[in-house]
Amino acid sequence: MSLGAFLAALQRYLPADRILSHPAALAAYESDALTAFRQRPLAVAVPETQDEVIATVRLCHQHRMPFVARGSGTSLSGGSLPVKDGIVIALNRLNRILKVDITQRFAVVEAGVINLDITRAVAHSGLLFAPDPSSQPICTIGGNIAFNSGGAHCLKYGMTSNHILGLKVVLPDGEVAHLGSESLENVDADWVGLFVGSEGLFGIALEATVRLLPKPETYRTLLAAYRSMEAAGDTVSAIIASGLLPGALEIMDNLSIQAAEAAVKAGYPTDAAALLIVELEGERAQVEAEWERLQVIIERSRPYLVKVAQTEEERLKIWKGRKSAFSAVGRLSSDYIVQDGVVPRRRLGEALARIDQLSAKWGIRVANVFHAGDGNLHPLIMFDGRQPGALERAEALAGEIIDLCIELGGSITGEHGVGMEKRRYMPRQFGQVDLEAMQRLRRAIDPLELANRGKVFPEGEPPALHHVGPHPLERAGVISRE
Amino acid sequence: MSEKTDAHEATPVATQDVSALCEAVRCASRVCARGASTKLPCAEGTATVLDLTKLSGVIDYQPTEFVIQVWAGTPVRAVQMLLAEHGQYLPFDPLLIEQGATIGGTVAANANGPERYRYGGVRDFIIGVHFIDGEGHHLAGGGKVVKNAAGFDFPKLLVGSRGRLGVITDVTFKVFPKPEAYATLRLTCAHLAEALNMLPKLTNCPYDLNAVDVVAEAERECVELRVRVGGLRGGLAARMDRVRALVGGGEIVSGEDEETLWREAREFTWLPKGACVVKVPLTPARIPALDAQLRGYARRYSVGGTVAWIAAEDIGAIDALLRAQDLPGLVMLRSLQEPRIGARLPNPFAERVKAALDPHNKFGDL
Ligand SMILES: Cc1cc2nc3c(=O)[nH]c(=O)nc-3n(C[C@H](O)[C@H](O)[C@H](O)COP(=O)(O)OP(=O)(O)OC[C@H]3O[C@@H](n4cnc5c(N)ncnc54)[C@H](O)[C@@H]3O)c2cc1C
Repeated sequence: MSLGAFLAALQRYLPADRILSHPAALAAYESDALTAFRQRPLAVAVPETQDEVIATVRLCHQHRMPFVARGSGTSLSGGSLPVKDGIVIALNRLNRILKVDITQRFAVVEAGVINLDITRAVAHSGLLFAPDPSSQPICTIGGNIAFNSGGAHCLKYGMTSNHILGLKVVLPDGEVAHLGSESLENVDADWVGLFVGSEGLFGIALEATVRLLPKPETYRTLLAAYRSMEAAGDTVSAIIASGLLPGALEIMDNLSIQAAEAAVKAGYPTDAAALLIVELEGERAQVEAEWERLQVIIERSRPYLVKVAQTEEERLKIWKGRKSAFSAVGRLSSDYIVQDGVVPRRRLGEALARIDQLSAKWGIRVANVFHAGDGNLHPLIMFDGRQPGALERAEALAGEIIDLCIELGGSITGEHGVGMEKRRYMPRQFGQVDLEAMQRLRRAIDPLELANRGKVFPEGEPPALHHVGPHPLERAGVISRE
Repeated sequence: MSEKTDAHEATPVATQDVSALCEAVRCASRVCARGASTKLPCAEGTATVLDLTKLSGVIDYQPTEFVIQVWAGTPVRAVQMLLAEHGQYLPFDPLLIEQGATIGGTVAANANGPERYRYGGVRDFIIGVHFIDGEGHHLAGGGKVVKNAAGFDFPKLLVGSRGRLGVITDVTFKVFPKPEAYATLRLTCAHLAEALNMLPKLTNCPYDLNAVDVVAEAERECVELRVRVGGLRGGLAARMDRVRALVGGGEIVSGEDEETLWREAREFTWLPKGACVVKVPLTPARIPALDAQLRGYARRYSVGGTVAWIAAEDIGAIDALLRAQDLPGLVMLRSLQEPRIGARLPNPFAERVKAALDPHNKFGDL
């Protein structure tokens, strides 16, 4: 297949200014938010309509051209990293909100719509789109669907998947399928549930019917500062055990507190070993009753400082610190890797203590900021990519943290996906037969493996080789680093 | 998952041994997994029935973790009782508990009750599964932690799969703290239209409602709106007053009477003798046109008007009606025929998934 022939054919469907092939124009698409991996694609197609996406996918199929769908490129696992001999289909202009049905509480949106724009479009009527990844001002609903993204408020209302009612998708050979409906209920297997979280391997989501929820009547948010991480972790267990179901339960460690404070002045006490954020939400009378119960638990947990948000402004300030934590840590360190392994909630304390030990062993700083209510860790591993071997060491530490999560009975990823980065860990979480079944499924849907080739599944490289020298993917020429 | 054994059926394979079940799937040309026979029939021409009721019991339950893993044949009632000892519950309000529904059947039939309204259905609480595919492989999907993005979401896929994609052997759920107390508002409306007008007021208000149902009887014009609220005891009375103010009247019930109302819905004791029930997912806006054809049928519009339950004996008539209105349906209870009725669109994604998991079509058409 020649690239020239492909691009010429593509021009039948897309105007020339929406087919990028100059190196300068391609540079912006070389990596996602996991910047350690870079790969220049052959070209980037920028469709604006669903028909254009379908035509592009069909053409890829005809020409055996691998493609990677891309929303805003904020993936933290290398999910939207281009493949060497393929193109990128950039979806951020496929961004129309097609229908808003306030009375029936759903909206139909195209895949490139920004997460927060859904809530913005319905806020006037007191509704919201619940999934709230920290990246929500920029990430797309298509990316959220691909990864089943979460956020700080997953505890009560679940992740992206729990809010997707229906999907229109184009399969990797260009056939279009409609999954689910506008209803909450269903009489067939949960096709939507299977598509969500498939990391772009089953094709491209064109539009989604999303469920909207009434905005909670009231929030009660507090911040409790502790002298030790264990104390904060134990408090989380106590809150959950008491039968309360907070909207959010988040913990930050000292390093991330300092970083967030320096970046956005959230009013966090910078000397705390751990900060716990608890948010109750819902109907006023219920929240007031819960609040009383929460006060007792917090008091018993002996924090050295408690701040209660008295106004909406103060509440947003607390959240601003938390949501800016990633980028704030970015200021402390030129490079970092975020892991997002999950452990059973009751083993959080143990997991954090062991991460501390690992950090000391490797002499690498690790900041911890995480969704404590769901046991979803977010260790931010800091390194200086200009120093030889620093990335490899950071990745080795990341690997040990992932192993730890599996050992404790958890998962290698809670919400960022496997992508490129964690594919070699899949065999540690799943058995050979399970992986083979997933592969069979993938090939039944995409026999040519055109959609997001090379992601999710381990590709033959013995994991041990990775600890020394360049990344196996670099050795294989799949990726390079600058 | 089946209703009744037919006369020609060979002795079912009933065992606690998963590898024996895998072997049975490998050897058979047609397989049907059966739980307690409360909801769905086995596909016609089934050669081998797998009786899963022996595959029963709790595998792992850590109350402080709010996660429970149980064998597929475990009665839902046993699970609910165990959870209740720790103040926890399955929030999707599983159906037909008293008639012995099993966990596997509940997942395969996607059997959610009215309280699904509050926090979601089976799909929103299932986090892990083991199942046998059409080639006899015992496969794992998901895990035991409440958040997990690794691998394809087999647990969700199997929800509503009616045994046609695989034999579920065990399931892991996340669970929630059980509301301390409940109360229900009952309001009689002269016409369905009046109740439907009330729906958006309820479903769009920021009050935390557990269930919103409309009950219509066969021979009457008037319908009853039922709104269930649950939570901490303190605050509940105030919350109920607000609901009443919102809909402009009604009677508030609590205690045993209240329990009975919802038990009736969950156990389908409202069905006339001998009737099946048809589940129809829809949206509230579709109700008036459908209901216009349903005078003479006992029926309920549940989960805020997103599912209709129709009591019917003549399934053919309902099938035709649903097709005409482009609505899908599923026949549950006391029916031996193919349960999936009403409108269906070709679904290439579904076909490919089926081909991967059940290439020899041992489990019957989707
Ligand atoms: C600062 C920061 C904070 C973050 N916080 C969170 C958080 O709190 N929670 C969380 O879960 N994640 C978080 N993320 C990760 C990231 O934002 C999410 O994974 C997000 O869903 C990615 O969306 P995107 O539009 O950028 O997708 P991209 O990165 O462009 O793509 C992600 C994956 O989706 C696929 N894809 C994109 N569009 C489609 C489509 N239409 N159909 C099929 N596949 C598609 C791509 O191929 C790729 O595999 C954060 C990232 C950053 C940089």
